[in-house]
Amino acid sequence: MASLFGIDEKKLLRRRRAAETRFRLCAIAALVLAGAFLVFFLFDIGRKGYPAFQQGELLVTVNYTTEAHDNPYAAMDPDTVQIVSRSFTRLIPSMMAENSRLIGTTQEIWVLASADTDQYMKGRPNRLKPRHQALVDTMRQEGKARLAFNWGFFESGDSKLPELAGIRAAAIGSLYVLLITLAISFPVGVMCAVYLEEFAPDNRLTQVIEVNINNLAAIPSILYGLLGLAIFINFMGVARSSALVGGLTLSLMTLPAIIISTRAAIRSIPPSIREAALALGATPLQVVWHHVLPLSLPGILTGTIIGLARAMGETAPLLIVGMMAYIPEAPENFSSAATVLPAQIFTWASDSQRAFSERTAAGILVLLVLLLGMNATAIWLRNKYERKW
Amino acid sequence: MTMGSALQMALMAILPLSVLAYMAARRRAGADNARGTEFHSPLVYYGWYSCLWVALPSMGLFVLAGLLHLLHIATVPGPVLAGGGVALAAFGLVWSQRAIGRDFRAIQQVEGVVRWALIGASCISILITIGIVVSVVFEAMQFFRLVSLWDFLTGTKWSPETAFLISTGRADGNVATPEFGSLPLFAGTFYITAVAMLVAVPMGLFAAVYMAEYASQRVRRIAKPALEILAGIPTVVYGFFAAITVSPFIVHLAELVGLEAEYTNALAPGLVMGVMIIPLVSSLSDDVINAVPQAMREGSYALGATTSETIRKVVLPAALPGVVSAVLLAVSRAVGETMIVVMAAGLMPNLTWNPLKSMTTVTVSIVDSLTGDQAFDSPQTLSAFGLGLVLLVLTLVLNVVSLVVIRKFREQYE
Repeated sequence: MASLFGIDEKKLLRRRRAAETRFRLCAIAALVLAGAFLVFFLFDIGRKGYPAFQQGELLVTVNYTTEAHDNPYAAMDPDTVQIVSRSFTRLIPSMMAENSRLIGTTQEIWVLASADTDQYMKGRPNRLKPRHQALVDTMRQEGKARLAFNWGFFESGDSKLPELAGIRAAAIGSLYVLLITLAISFPVGVMCAVYLEEFAPDNRLTQVIEVNINNLAAIPSILYGLLGLAIFINFMGVARSSALVGGLTLSLMTLPAIIISTRAAIRSIPPSIREAALALGATPLQVVWHHVLPLSLPGILTGTIIGLARAMGETAPLLIVGMMAYIPEAPENFSSAATVLPAQIFTWASDSQRAFSERTAAGILVLLVLLLGMNATAIWLRNKYERKW
Repeated sequence: MTMGSALQMALMAILPLSVLAYMAARRRAGADNARGTEFHSPLVYYGWYSCLWVALPSMGLFVLAGLLHLLHIATVPGPVLAGGGVALAAFGLVWSQRAIGRDFRAIQQVEGVVRWALIGASCISILITIGIVVSVVFEAMQFFRLVSLWDFLTGTKWSPETAFLISTGRADGNVATPEFGSLPLFAGTFYITAVAMLVAVPMGLFAAVYMAEYASQRVRRIAKPALEILAGIPTVVYGFFAAITVSPFIVHLAELVGLEAEYTNALAPGLVMGVMIIPLVSSLSDDVINAVPQAMREGSYALGATTSETIRKVVLPAALPGVVSAVLLAVSRAVGETMIVVMAAGLMPNLTWNPLKSMTTVTVSIVDSLTGDQAFDSPQTLSAFGLGLVLLVLTLVLNVVSLVVIRKFREQYE
């Protein structure tokens, strides 16, 4: 084929096709890379965290002698003491004080292994001495050492001993904080959205409010923490590190998200519904209360759950209001010191002990499962009840 | 009796009173109605009207007393306050019964109150903004009384650690003076943000282009939620991942090519933050790409352009304002991101171009100075608010510019 203007058209076409393929491959690569990251990330966290759901236990012989009452380390064989969790050993005297029939007996019971023994049994890096490693190996062969499901992880609070640390206190703290967040941000958010969508005249105030909400949604979460510290703690005197101050702070942060999603849900209700109700003599508020809100409820709930899930994973503002202290007990009420799941994860992550890294990953797994559950509920709600008009 | 327990008891009294008011008014209207008097409003509204008369004035009193107390103007003793509240509630109960009659338009009264409540709820968003601005500005002003604004913005040395020694009077002659030059912090912030943007912008944009222009319905249905998962993962989890997995990996990689990397290098948090921001860029870009009119694509195809040529020469230029707006929002997000950098970046301020060196950011310093056991008025604690103020201004400007740009885009095509 003769070429026009001296350009080899076939070559040009080939080049353009190659460019097309390259571009397309780039686009696919971006998506595949993001997906690969997600898969690797989940795999990595899972691999690090799943061993924490098992806990090393040892069948040891305990001599409840009177000597052990004064020095609990005498209750066991000196080598065994080194591989058993201190949390058990130090409780021996008080166990004997509580139950006097124990004194003078010798019992064989399953007890918690120390963190290093536990890590050794799982084949992970540890600081166990070779002599003790050999001891654990023989105990394993004799069936006196086992890896059992780690119920303690769900039943106990934080501890300085990795083998004893659990997430119960943090989970209850999270629940408290979320309850306060929900109790404040849901009603206020829905009311604000109803006003903006159904009643607000198009004036300055309305415009200011709208711009404001968009801005609030994009303000870094840590600034909400500064607000919580300056206003709630220093000015209003709310107890530091309490679930109350955490919940208040997070509710302000969640509010814009709830308002935005509620507005979208209300806007999707066709005007004909409102007009029909108004034509039958309903007042504007009756229209909202009897028709608009019930019809948009699935959308509102979906947005609320997603907003709460965000709040549940939030850490930075809670660190600022003091929710990262060492808190082994679950909070008793809204004003006692509490910690939350992400803050617990952060505290464990910054601990240098190796066994805590495993706990951290396990805590993350629990958090991710909870968040996934919340988001799945939201999506299920939307798919089940959302109506197309 | 403390104020709190007095209020609790008052509330315990007011709650049954308001229920009583509701039932009394409702019954009264109901009885008259049954006798054949046609009432103006549905009967429940008479109940609500009375209920509001019981609850609102006393609550208003409590809120007022609380405000007076917090502002240190006056403190009303607990028992007096509780008594006053209950008395007001009882008065409301009696007073409201008086109004109930055939021609009384209860529904309008109640709806009026509810409407004001709705306006009040909407104004809370303004209060939050004011609260953030006031709390940050107020404390920051205290800080700038101690440290000059100019030194803060242009100084190149950040070493606030000794501030508390001096403020508690424990400083002897050889303690270094604390320095609050925030430049290294902002340099670190922007450096890590830049790394994050290098990941997030191309990947997010390409992902958006693929989903909007190439992908089949089925691929989109899987890929979009998968990307959203990335956005839903808590930042503390990303931080752990960056610190435990990515950082050591980078250190080993650097060793392989003969470079030396620190474990708290700037690359790891930057990369992970970039991945976290991909969904933000991609979903916003996806929206604007879809908003580009189909006619423009078809015009381009009609001239013989390939798909990629159409995207590069027609769709993306048309969508550019929207993409810019998305990138600005992403930058604002990265600048304010806290947990990833707290866990994976360093604490030492460091002015360097080397991504393998340790750097720190504004948010890290804020957390660092507010989580210690320091007096609230020490300069180090207050410095957090100075940094917070700059952060606030920065993100506000980015958000507003982004909003303006996207509005221009919308006006053009929608």
